[in-house]
Formats: sequence, structure tokens, C-alpha cells
Amino acid sequence: MALYFMKSHEWLNELDDNTVTIGISDYAQNELGGLVFVNLPEPGDEVTVDEPFADVESVKAVSDIYSPVSGTVLEINEELLDAPETINDAPYDAWFIKVENVTAHADLMTEEEYNAYCETLAE
Amino acid sequence: MNLIFEIGKEGRGLSLLPKCDVPVTDLPENLKRQSELHLPQVSENEISRHYTKLAQRTHGVNKGFYPLGSCTMKYNPKVNEEMAALKGFRQVHPLQDESTVQGSLEVIKMTEDILSEILGMDAFTLQPAAGAHGEFTGLLLIKSYHTDRGDTKRTKIIVPDSAHGTNPASAAMCGYEVVSIPSAEDGCVDLDALRDAVGEDTAGLMLTNPNTVGLFDKNILEITKIVHEAGGLCYYDGANLNAVMGQARPGDMGFDCVHVNLHKTFSTPHGGGGPGSGPVGCKAFLQDFLPGARIKGNIEDGYYYEDSPKSMGSVKMFHGNFLVVVRALTYMLTLGKEGIPEASANAVLNANYMRVKLAKKYEMAYDTTCMHEFVMDLSELKHRTGVSALDVAKGLLDYGVHPPTMYFPLIVHEALMVEPCETEPREVMDEACDTLLELYDLAEKDPEWLHAAPHNAVIGRPDEVGAARKPVVKYTWE
Repeated sequence: MALYFMKSHEWLNELDDNTVTIGISDYAQNELGGLVFVNLPEPGDEVTVDEPFADVESVKAVSDIYSPVSGTVLEINEELLDAPETINDAPYDAWFIKVENVTAHADLMTEEEYNAYCETLAE
Repeated sequence: MNLIFEIGKEGRGLSLLPKCDVPVTDLPENLKRQSELHLPQVSENEISRHYTKLAQRTHGVNKGFYPLGSCTMKYNPKVNEEMAALKGFRQVHPLQDESTVQGSLEVIKMTEDILSEILGMDAFTLQPAAGAHGEFTGLLLIKSYHTDRGDTKRTKIIVPDSAHGTNPASAAMCGYEVVSIPSAEDGCVDLDALRDAVGEDTAGLMLTNPNTVGLFDKNILEITKIVHEAGGLCYYDGANLNAVMGQARPGDMGFDCVHVNLHKTFSTPHGGGGPGSGPVGCKAFLQDFLPGARIKGNIEDGYYYEDSPKSMGSVKMFHGNFLVVVRALTYMLTLGKEGIPEASANAVLNANYMRVKLAKKYEMAYDTTCMHEFVMDLSELKHRTGVSALDVAKGLLDYGVHPPTMYFPLIVHEALMVEPCETEPREVMDEACDTLLELYDLAEKDPEWLHAAPHNAVIGRPDEVGAARKPVVKYTWE
């Protein structure tokens, strides 16, 4: 799958023209450390480009998770609520929400561009 | 080590309690315990050793250096304890007739007046039990003000991204929407971002000054002006008051209300579940909204309670944690008008002394003169050696130094935030600096040793995820 990334470390996977899944990157889970809680929206909620739609709590901090698209939440990954460590273990499998009726996209990076961006952050 | 429930023997005990001198009556059957009451059965000797052992396993200001940034872990003079132990303070009850507690009322009034002078406010309440409780009370003052004027469209509180996490939490608890604004390159408030954020819906701004990276915001007068011109109020978070007490007053910076942490700035005990105290002060136009009964009067004519019809209502019973107030007043009177600014000046001097020494190797998040604390950024070290701020903090434990605050503020990656306080002698700071510089070298030479640190502490690396997810906070009998 081709993933696209935000500067705030969320990834986007386009399932089809109208449906996407959203999660956080390996870099993000590594920076956050062990995750202990996840708050997700409800199916049917609207998400907006560049606005927070969820938050995660790690042993270090609570962080907002920003949406790379505008649209309607079709499904949430309820498994994460009971097992937030899944995000640490497999960040690219641990999607947070599935969004349909996508109307707008944030300015996103390809995986290659994103990796280069993370390199600049580490320096 | 064993828990107190796991030591001792059936039937062992001690008799510290006096003989019962009132008639004993039996409880009705339905009010009696259904299960056995598990009390430890231990001798006085065992109790004494048990708690001494616990004390030896922990770290406190009485044991060693405790440069925990943003927490002001100063030494608490023992004379404070002596005053708080006086029978006249210890054995009063808030429901006693006011004529019988004039001394205690004087302590409260005097503390309110001195705090007002130090903070540049007109009135204070001593009710709030801690810092975050003070924040909540301060925000209720702001809310009461707007509501009283019928200005109900103000629903937003502006908080910089460098703020303590309690700020947005308190605002949310108060029913406000939180607007987070970014810091500028220099760590101070981004004025343009603030100008963009304020408007007719701004209830107020919460700000810590000096801020959480240990810098005094040079634009403070402009900041409070921008908020006031938009019709909002300015709230001063007193977390870092130790840097400026007796030097600069939030009231003069344009703040309308403040909280102070007596357990930080005014040398009363911290944490451990012990009572804190977060008095809230305000300008005259807000004082009618303060919680609880106000104490009026003076030493000649006596002190008395007065209710305010506009009061927000009590946020805690009576006068808050009164004996903490006695300790803080003792401290303020001990230091006096000369000692208070001297304490803050030394706090700033100590922080800069350590900052300059450590800057030989450590990268500073902001390379400029700091206030009472400074933030080191270990990103480069981590990138190069794999040794993180956490590893260095754990390494310090092996040297008997409490680690600085880690990973805060969030705007600095791999942050270590050091606040030495004014009560530390130079040798202690020299030793801590030597240790930190040694650990830096060790990160380059032997990163594995630091990854495995601490080597000598009772507990090394606790399961933080497990502690948050599945905490065991209660002993369970077989």
C-alpha cells in the first residue's frame, strides 16, 4: 500500500477513491514511547483537515492526532481502545479510523519525502 | 521489601491509644462489617523500622539534591514545622466562634495581605488545595466576571503550547474551549499568533512567566494588552514565581488574577499525598467573586467573616489547608522584605551557574540567560549515541541526585529541565554538574551502561505502561 504522511506524523492510506484509513507513523510511536490510552471519535462524526480527531496518551505525554482529510468517520478501530500497545508494535497496521465521503486532503508527503523529513528532525 | 501487612504476628501490637472514656454501644446488625478488618499486627519497633526503611528507599530534599525543573524543590526550614505544630493552630476548629480563633484569622488575613503585596493583587483566597485547583478557581473568577456582565459569548481560553498540562485541563474542566498558540523561535509567546487568536470569544489567557523554558517573556506588557483590548482577562500561573518573587509583580505585568503554589515558592512540603496549597489572588474588580467567606477587620478591632453575595461559592471547606498557610507565613516573615527578593535572585543565580557549567557539553534549548531554571536538549546526543534524556536521568540516580524534569516542556525534544533552587550550596551544584558532564562522556564511551542504568537504585526501570494500564494500588488478602 502507498502511504501518505503529514508533518504531524499521521499516515493516510487510500482504500479507494472515497475511503481512507488514518494512523500514526513509526517515528511518532517511537517518539511518544509506550502508549497507554487512545481516544477515538464515534462512527458518523465529521473530521476536518488539519484538525485533531483523536488523542493518544503515552508514558510521556498526551498528544492530539490530526486528520489528513475532511470526511465522515465510517468505522473506528475498537481494538486499539483495549490494546493501545498495538500502535507501538505495528504502527502501519494499527489504523485509528476509516473515513468515507472524503472532501478535502491536507498537503501530504510520500513515504520517501516523509523519511527525509524525519531525518531533518533528528539532526 | 515487605508491606506492613506482611510483617508482624497475630496478636502482636502496641497500645498508643488511651483507654476509651465514653460508654461503648453496639452498632445495629446491618451496620456491622461483614468481613474481617485487616489491620497490621506489629510492635512499635517493627513499625519504626518499617517506615525508616521506606524513607531510606526514597529520595527527598532532606536526603540530597533535587533539581526537578518546574517544581521548586527548595529546602523547607524546620521552623515552619515548629509554628504549624503550635497547639493554638493545630487544635482549632473552623466552626469555633470567631472570637476564639482571632489568632488564626490574623494568620489568614496577614498571609492574604502579604501575598497581595508580593503578587501585586488586591485580594486573595487561601481555599484552593493545590496549583491546578488554583487554576480552576482563577478561571471560575474569569467566568464569573464575564457572566456577571452578561457577556456569555466568551467561550475560549488561550494557552501557549509551552504551558503546563494542567492549564488546558483546568480550562476544559471549567467548560472552556482551549486555543493553543505556538511559541516563537525564542521560546516566548508568538505575538502574531496571539493577535490572530484573540477576539470576541476570548474569555482569557493563561500564562506562566517566566515560562516553562525558564525565560521571562520580554513582551509581557504587550501580551496582556492584546488580551485586554480583545475584552479578555489575563491569568498568571504562579508555577515559576520563585524566579521573580519580590522582583517583579504579575499585577504590574497586567495580570488580573493569579495562583501561587505555597508548596513550591513558599517552602511548604511537596507531594507524597500531603496537602498542598494554591491560593488565588485577583485585582479589586474581581474580588467579589472569590470563593468562601472573606476575612475582614484588623488587629485592633478584631477579625470577622463576611460573605459576598456574588461569590462563586466555596471550592474547598473553610480556609483550605490552614496549617500549610501557617508554614508559608512563617517562611515569608522569616525572609522578610529583604529576604524574599534575595531568595529569588539566588534562585536565578544558581540556575545560571549550573547552566553555564553544563553548556560546556550539553546543548541548551535556548542559549540565553535563564531565570530560575533551564532546559537542556539532548536530541543531538541521542541521535549520535542512542542515549536519551531518560537514560541520563536514570544514570543520575546511581549518583544520588534526583533527575531533572524529563520530556517537559513538550516543545523541546529530549528535554531535561533543571531547577536548582536558592537553598543549594555551591558545592552541591558543582558535584551535580560534574556528574552530569561525566554522564555525557559516558554516553559516548559506554552507552550500554546508561541504557541499563540505574545500577544501584532499589527500583530500576518500572513498567510504566503496565502502571498506567493495569495499576495495582490496593493490597489484596488471600
